Amino acid sequence: MSASPLVEQLKSGLDAPICLTWELTYACNLECIHCLSSSGRRDPRELSTEQAKAVLDELAALQVFYINIGGGEPMVRRDFFDIIEYSVSKGIGVKFSTNGAYIDTEKAKRLTDMDYLDIQISLDGADAATNDVVRGAGSYDTARRAMDNLASAGFGPFKISVVVTRQNVSQLDAFKALADSYGAQLRITRLRPAGRGADTWHQLHPTNAQQRDIYNWLSAHGENVLTGDSFFHLNALGPALPGLNMCGAGRVVCLIDPIGDVYACPFVIHDEFKAGNVLDAGGFTRVWRESDLFIDLREPQSAGACASCGAYDECQGGCMAAKFFTGLPLDGPDPECVGGDADALLASVPVSLVPRPSQDHSKPARVPSIVAGH
Amino acid sequence: MRRLLSTALEVHPQVALRPEPFGALAYHYDNRRLVFLRSRDMLNVVESLSTYSTLEDALVASDIEPQRWQSFESAIDSLISSEIVRVR
Ligand code: SF4
Ligand code: SF4
Repeated sequence: MSASPLVEQLKSGLDAPICLTWELTYACNLECIHCLSSSGRRDPRELSTEQAKAVLDELAALQVFYINIGGGEPMVRRDFFDIIEYSVSKGIGVKFSTNGAYIDTEKAKRLTDMDYLDIQISLDGADAATNDVVRGAGSYDTARRAMDNLASAGFGPFKISVVVTRQNVSQLDAFKALADSYGAQLRITRLRPAGRGADTWHQLHPTNAQQRDIYNWLSAHGENVLTGDSFFHLNALGPALPGLNMCGAGRVVCLIDPIGDVYACPFVIHDEFKAGNVLDAGGFTRVWRESDLFIDLREPQSAGACASCGAYDECQGGCMAAKFFTGLPLDGPDPECVGGDADALLASVPVSLVPRPSQDHSKPARVPSIVAGH
Repeated sequence: MRRLLSTALEVHPQVALRPEPFGALAYHYDNRRLVFLRSRDMLNVVESLSTYSTLEDALVASDIEPQRWQSFESAIDSLISSEIVRVR
């Protein structure tokens, strides 16, 4: 099956993004070892409340239906409610990702009272031992408390968001059971080597055998489990998983970072994928529609070394971010190519040539134990 | 498939339509569903549904040739299933 005409059209770009992620702050109470944005400390250049609202005015004019808010921990911002309430009042729905630390009973109530709001609580292990190695001591209990508070406030189906790792693949059923027990929805996404995740990817990413388990598990659960369409590289294993199954970077997806820089997607915080800043003349609209980078990304991309692969139509060569931050050519196989086509290349990339994320807001001094051990 | 030509229809009040080069995006704020309208003709028809007393009148008003009515009818049928469009 080759890509549908709709997918071909989406690749040449839209007047406004469908899936816009906005990271409100680089500040975070946690220091997860796979943090895609290397968050920890607040950036002094962070957009002010007024600047943030001006961006929302622009997104409303572009008819962006909803935004995905993340961070860092977005609830750290004192104006968090001000910003999300303003967004909803402008007709822009909000989905936000949080580690749950600030969802006490009072905030749970306030969140429950809002319309057009979705909450994703991050959890990377179905038990504290598995989760806390990645997200830090106590973070499992924190997340569970937030879930309990949302459930008692009657929030309804919030989402539990899991990054699938070598250590938690075997817990997919347990995550599903946990979500079911709350009447919540499970969302699982692919680990990408972005941010601090670039340093920990080699220890955390699923093995090739586990990738087949993920594919089988997703095939069995269909549309009941959300994936953000992030596992399309697994389509090379068989019938396509639900979703658009394409890399949306700069085409249907983009990221606004806490200081207003616009990147092609949340997983490519690097100068090479920076298209502009929302504070530039012409604002976000001009960056989205006219930046050289985004226009380039909407051109047909070469299949390169994947051209001879029978699975290319389904897998599309995988994820650009995953290739970039493992030092692989962008027009070739994904580092987790299920055919194993990247394995030899991956082993031969000199560490010194692997790009580093351009922004690092990690708190100083903490050397994650899992990294120190290698 | 439901026969819809003589039915009075409208866009669900919780739905927003956004024109795009390929047609339009429709987003339902309540069920969070995002649906693609795959041509500008389709967008014109959907946008005008509530102005006309039947789907057929809306198709005529948008200059859709009768040979294409059946495909519009089935597309509208699936928009009803995703609650983008509803019977009035
Ligand atoms: S680069 Fe990867 S994470 Fe980003 S949009 Fe493309 S496939 Fe998704
Ligand atoms: S060779 Fe390329 S297209 Fe084929 S499965 Fe691997 S990454 Fe996908």
